Amino acid sequence: MAINTIERTAKQLVLTVQDYSLFAWRAFMNLWSPPRYWPDILVQSDIIGAGSTSIVLLSGFFTGGVLALQSAATLSQFGATAVTGQFVSLTMIRELGPVLTGIMVAGRNASSMASELGSMVVTEQIDAMRALGVDPMRKLVTPRILACISMLFFLTIVADAFGILGGAAVTVFLNHQDGTQYFSMAWEHLRYPDIIQGLIKPLFSGYIIASIGCFYGMRTSGGTEGVGRSTIQAVVNASVSIILVDFLVTRVLLALFPPL
Amino acid sequence: MNEPPPFAQPPPDDRSVVAFHDVSIAFAGQQILENISFTVAPGETRILFGPAGVGKSVLLKLVNGLLRPDHGSILLFGQEISSMPEEMLFPLRTRTGMVFQEGALFDSLTVRDNVAYQLIQERVPDDEIDRRVREALRFVELEETFDLLPGSLSGGMKRRVAIARALIRQPELLLYDSPTGGLDPVTSTTIIELIVKERDYYGTPSILVTHRLQDAFNLCTHHFDAELGRMVPLPKGQTDPSTTFLMLEDGRLIFDGPLDELIRSENKFVREFME
Repeated sequence: MAINTIERTAKQLVLTVQDYSLFAWRAFMNLWSPPRYWPDILVQSDIIGAGSTSIVLLSGFFTGGVLALQSAATLSQFGATAVTGQFVSLTMIRELGPVLTGIMVAGRNASSMASELGSMVVTEQIDAMRALGVDPMRKLVTPRILACISMLFFLTIVADAFGILGGAAVTVFLNHQDGTQYFSMAWEHLRYPDIIQGLIKPLFSGYIIASIGCFYGMRTSGGTEGVGRSTIQAVVNASVSIILVDFLVTRVLLALFPPL
Repeated sequence: MNEPPPFAQPPPDDRSVVAFHDVSIAFAGQQILENISFTVAPGETRILFGPAGVGKSVLLKLVNGLLRPDHGSILLFGQEISSMPEEMLFPLRTRTGMVFQEGALFDSLTVRDNVAYQLIQERVPDDEIDRRVREALRFVELEETFDLLPGSLSGGMKRRVAIARALIRQPELLLYDSPTGGLDPVTSTTIIELIVKERDYYGTPSILVTHRLQDAFNLCTHHFDAELGRMVPLPKGQTDPSTTFLMLEDGRLIFDGPLDELIRSENKFVREFME
C-alpha cells in the first residue's frame, strides 16, 4: 500500500517535471517569434512592476536595516564597525536583493497568475480563446514572462538601493556611526562582477516566477478548489525554484568571476 | 470495440464540413467515446442528443481540435485535424464559431470587446469593429449591452452575447454546447429562436449539443418568419429537412437520422429517453 503511494507520487512528480519542461521550452521559444501582444506586455509590466514596487521597496529597506543591525553587533567585537557599509551593500547587491525580490514577487505575482489563468481554465475561457483562433500560450503566457523578466530586473535594483538606504538609516540613527563612511565603504568595495552577479539572477527568477505561475494556472482542474490548489503550488514551487536556481547561478558566477 | 453501429452509416462526402470516422477517446483509462462516425453536410444542423455525462461536450470539442482523439480520423473543412499541430489548427478554428455551456465570456472585457475578440486580434479598425459588433448584438437583440461587463448580465444574456461572438466573423460551422443548459423555459426558447433564426437566415452548418427534448423538437418543427420577426411552427407533420439527430449512449452513437425516424426508433434506450 505504502509502496503504491510512493510509486504514484514519484510518477506524478516525474510527469509534472516533464510537463513543466515542455511548457517552459515552448514559452521560451515563443519569446523569439511573432505574434507579440505589446499591449498585454505593457499591462502585465504595470501589474508586476508598478504593483510590486511598494512591497519590494519596504522589504529591501528593512532587510538592509536588519543586516546593518546584526552585522554592527558582530563587527563591533573586532572593532570593525566601519565595514558595515561594505557588508550591507555587497550582501544586498549580490544575494539578498535578487533573492528577496524574487520571493516577494513570486508571492504576489505567481499566485495571481496561477489564480487568474486557473479561473479562466475552469470557466472555459481558455478553451474559448483557442476556439476563437488565439494561442493562449502567446496571448497570456509570453507577455507575463517578458514582463516578469524585465520588471524583476528593475525591481531588484530598487530593492538593492533601498536595502543600502535602510542599512544607512540604521547605521546613522540607531548605531550612531558616520553616514559618509558607510556610503564610502559601500561604494569603494563594490566591483563590476558583484553588480553583474546581482543583475543576472533576476533574469532567471523572472522567468521562473512567470513560467511556474502560468504553468500551474493552465493545468488547473477541479473547479474553484483546484484554483486554490494551483495557487499554492505555484507560490511554493516558484519560491523554492528561485532559491535553488540562485544557488546554481551563484556557483557558476563565482567560478566565472572569482572573489579577490 | 469494433462492432458495427446499429444504423446505416452514410459514406463520407467530399463536401462534408465535418466527418468523423471511427473516433474514440478515453480519459484516465475510462472510455468516453467509442467508434464514433458521422458527417455534417453543408447547411445541415445536427442535434447531438443524449443524457448528461454521455460525452456530448467531449465530442463537440473534438470537432474543432480542442481535444484530440486517441483513435480515428476527424476531417474539418476537408482537412485531417486529429494529429494536426496546434499552430495549424488556429486558422481553421477562426472559420468556426463556438458557443460554450456557460457562455465562457472573458469576464474582464466588456461585451463589445468580447464580441469583437477575433476582430481585435486581427487589428480591424475600431469603427468597423463597432459597426460589426452592433450588428451582431442587434441580431441577438442585446444592442444596449455594448459597454457592459459580463458580470452584470443574466445567464440568458451571456449566452446571447456568446452567440453574437460566435457569429461575428460569419463562420462556416457553428458549434453550440448546451446553449440552453441551466436556463428557464422562456429564456431557453429565446435562445432556440436565435439558433433557428441563424439557421434560416445564414444556413450555417452546425452541431448543437442538448439533453432537452423540448429544445431539440422546437428546432426541428419551427422556422423563422422574417416578416413576423419570430419563430413560428411549421405546418403539422412537417419538419425542417436540414435538421437531423445524433444520439449517444455510453459513449457510442446509437442513432443518426431525422426526427420521424427517431420517433419511430425501436431502440430501447431511445424509447426510454423519448418517454
